[in-house]
Amino acid sequence: MQLTERHREYWARNVRLTIILLAIWFVVTYVVGFYARELNDITVFGFPLGFYMGAQGSLIIYVVIIFYYATRMNRMDKDYDVAEEE
Amino acid sequence: MATQTQAQFTQSLKKYYSVYTGGFIAFVIILAIAEQMGLPNRWIGYTFLIATIGLYAMIGIMSRTADVAEYYVAGRRVPAFFNGMATGADWMSAASFIGMAGGLYIQGYDGLAFIMGWTGGYVLVALFLAPYLRKFGQFTIPDFLGERYGGHTARMVGVFAAILCSFTYVVAQIYGVGIITSRFTGLEFGVGVFVGLGGILVCSFLGGMRAVTWTQVAQYIILIVAYMIPVVWLSVKATNFPVPQLAYGYALQKVTEREKQITADPKEIEVRNILKEKATAAEAKLKDPAAAYAADKAAAEKKVVDLKVAKAPAEQVVAAEKTLAAFPKDVEEAKKAWAKEKGLAARANPPRPHAQAFPGKDEKAQNTSRLNFLALTFCLMVGTAALPHILMRYYTTPSVKEARQSVGWSLFFIFLLYFTAPALAVLVKYDVYHHLVGSSFAELPRWVASWGAVDAALVSVKDLNADGIVQLAEIVLGQDIIVLATPEIAGLPYVISGLVAAGGLAAALSTADGLLLTIANALSHDVYYKMLDPHASTKRRLTIAKVLLLLVAAAAATVASQKPADILFLVSAAFSFAAAAFFPALVLGIFWRRASSWGAVLGMAAGLGITFYYMATTQPWLRSVFGVTGSIADHTWFGISPISAGVFGVPLGFAVIIVVSLLTPAPAQKVQELIEHVRYPHLKGDIDTRAT
Repeated sequence: MQLTERHREYWARNVRLTIILLAIWFVVTYVVGFYARELNDITVFGFPLGFYMGAQGSLIIYVVIIFYYATRMNRMDKDYDVAEEE
Repeated sequence: MATQTQAQFTQSLKKYYSVYTGGFIAFVIILAIAEQMGLPNRWIGYTFLIATIGLYAMIGIMSRTADVAEYYVAGRRVPAFFNGMATGADWMSAASFIGMAGGLYIQGYDGLAFIMGWTGGYVLVALFLAPYLRKFGQFTIPDFLGERYGGHTARMVGVFAAILCSFTYVVAQIYGVGIITSRFTGLEFGVGVFVGLGGILVCSFLGGMRAVTWTQVAQYIILIVAYMIPVVWLSVKATNFPVPQLAYGYALQKVTEREKQITADPKEIEVRNILKEKATAAEAKLKDPAAAYAADKAAAEKKVVDLKVAKAPAEQVVAAEKTLAAFPKDVEEAKKAWAKEKGLAARANPPRPHAQAFPGKDEKAQNTSRLNFLALTFCLMVGTAALPHILMRYYTTPSVKEARQSVGWSLFFIFLLYFTAPALAVLVKYDVYHHLVGSSFAELPRWVASWGAVDAALVSVKDLNADGIVQLAEIVLGQDIIVLATPEIAGLPYVISGLVAAGGLAAALSTADGLLLTIANALSHDVYYKMLDPHASTKRRLTIAKVLLLLVAAAAATVASQKPADILFLVSAAFSFAAAAFFPALVLGIFWRRASSWGAVLGMAAGLGITFYYMATTQPWLRSVFGVTGSIADHTWFGISPISAGVFGVPLGFAVIIVVSLLTPAPAQKVQELIEHVRYPHLKGDIDTRAT
C-alpha cells in the first residue's frame, strides 16, 4: 500500500513527540542524577531535593510522560484517520 | 463469555475483582479475630499459604483453555487497566517486595538507582515498543525478530537471549518462594521450593497466558494490600500521619540528626574501634596464616592448661575448652574465619548519611560512584524495556490504543509500591535509631529475638563493649528483615506478618509464572512450531507447550533447591543481558527501515558478547568459573562495576547494527510493508500479521 503525505506527517509528528518526551525523561533521570549532590542542598517538603527526585519526583514525571503520550497519540490517530475500528 | 462485548467484559471484570478484594479483606479480618481467640502463629502461616495458593489454583482451573490465542496471549482482550495490574505483579518480584526496602535502608541514596531504573524503563516501553509490538500482534518477542529480520537466525538468537535472561531470573523467584514458605511455616527449604513449584504450575499449566493474567491481577491486589498496611501503620506511629510517602521527609530529618549524634557518641566510637582492631588483627594474620594459626592454637591450648593449673572456677575452664574445641580444624578454615573478621572493617565506619549521594573518600572515588549509579540506572531501565516476559504482556490488550494506556497503568501500579519502599526504609531506620539503639540488652524489642532465632543473617545484636546498652555498630541487619519485621516494629498482630508473607509469595509466584511461560513459549512456539514443525495441529502445539512448561519448571526448581551462591548477581546480570541483546534490535527494527538481517544478528551477538566478556573478566565468581587471570583493575573500564556491563553492550549493539546494515543490502519490500504496518494503528488495505 502507498503511504500518503498525511501518513508521513503522522509519523513525523509521532517521532517528534517521542524525542521531546525522551528528552524530558533524560533530564529527570540523568541530569538530575548527575547533580544530586548539589540538589541535596535545597530542601523541598522536608526532603533534600536530590534524594526526593530519585525517590519520588522523577517517578511521578515518568507516569505523567506515559499517560500524556498515550492521550496525545490516541487523539492523533483519529485526526489522521489511522485509528483502529472500534 | 465469547458473546460478550469488550465493554461488558470489562464491567464484569470490575465486579469480580471488587468482590474478590472485599472477600480477601474479610478473610484477613476473620483471621485477625481468630488470632485474638488464640489461633497459634504457625496455623496463621499455614492458612495464608493454603488459602492463597488454593485461590490461584481455582482461577487457574477456571481459566483452562484449548485455544492457541487464549493460551499464548489471553485471547487479546485484557483491558488496559487490568493488564496494568497483571504487568505490575509480573514485574515485581520477590526481590522488589522483600529486598528492595532493605537495600534502600542499607545503601541510602545509592539504592535509588533501582527505584528509578525499574520505573523509568517503562517510559522506553511506552515510547519505543508497546504500541508497535501490539500492532504486530503475534505471540512472542522472537516472533517479531524472526519476521522483521527475515529468517531463523535472528529468531534463534532471540530465543537464546530470552532463555538466558528468563531462566536465571525464574530460578531466583523459586528460591524466594522456598525461603518465604520455610520462614513462615517452618517447612524445610527444599519442601518449600516444591510447594512453590506447585503454586506456580496450578496457575499456568491449564490456561497458559490466560490463566496467568487473571491470577496475576489477583496477586497484585494481595501484594499491594500487604505492602501498604504495615507502612501506613508505622507512619502513624512515627509521624502521626497516615500517608507515609508525604510524611517521611520529617522522619528523614530526624534520622539525619541522629546520624550526627551517633557519629560523635563516645560509646559508639568505642565499639567502632573494637571492630577496627579485630579487622586489623585478622588482616595481619592473613599475611602469614600458617604461623598465626600455630600461635593462636598454642595460645588457646595454653589457656586451658593455665586455668586448670591455677584451679580457676569451673565455668572459666569450660569456656576456654569450648573456645579450643571450636578452633578451626586447619589453616584453610582459619583463613576463611579471618577473611570474615577482616570484613568487620566495613562496620567500623560511622553511619553513612541516608540522603547523601555518591559518598567516597576523595573526589575521584565520588565521581566513580556517581558514574556507577548512572550506569546502573541505565542498564536497569533499558533492561526493563527489553525483558521478554514484560513486553509479551502488551500483546494481550485488545488494541494499540489500549496498549499505550496499559503501559501507563502498569507503571502507575508499580509506582505505588516503588515510591513507598524508600519511605519504609526511612521509617524503619527512624525506629531502629531511636528505639533499638540505646536500649538495654536485657530488654531487646521482641522482633530482634524472634527473627534472630529464625535466621541469624537477618538480625543479630552482640554487646561488643560489654556495657549492656545497644550501640548502632553492634547491630547487623540483613536486607530482608526490613520488610519482614515491619509489622512487628509497628506493633501489629501476627496476622499482618502472615499477610506480608502472602504478599511476598504472590510477588514471587506471579513473576515466576510470567517467566516460565516466556521460556516454554520460546521453545514450543518459536523453536518447535515455527522452525521444526510448521504444520503441527493446534492440539499438538498446546500439548508440546504444556510438556515443555513442566520440564522447564522442574529444571528451575532443581537448580533453585541447590541454593546457588551468586543468585543475586545473576538476576541483576539478566538486565544487562536483556538490554544488550534485545533493545537495539527491537527499536531499530521499528524506527529504522534500513536495519538489515545481518545487522541485527551481528548487533545482538556483539552486544551480548561484550556484556558477557566484561562480566566474565571483572566479576569474582565468573572469573573463577572461567579461570580468568590478571587483576580485576586491569580489566575494568572507567571503573564500571560488572553488574552494569550493559552500558557497553547497548551502544555497541546499536553501532554494529547501523554499520553492518549500511554495508549490506536494504531489507526486501515485504519487510518494508511490515514496518509500515506496525507504525500505523490502522491502514486501509494493509497487510495482516496477526497470528492465529
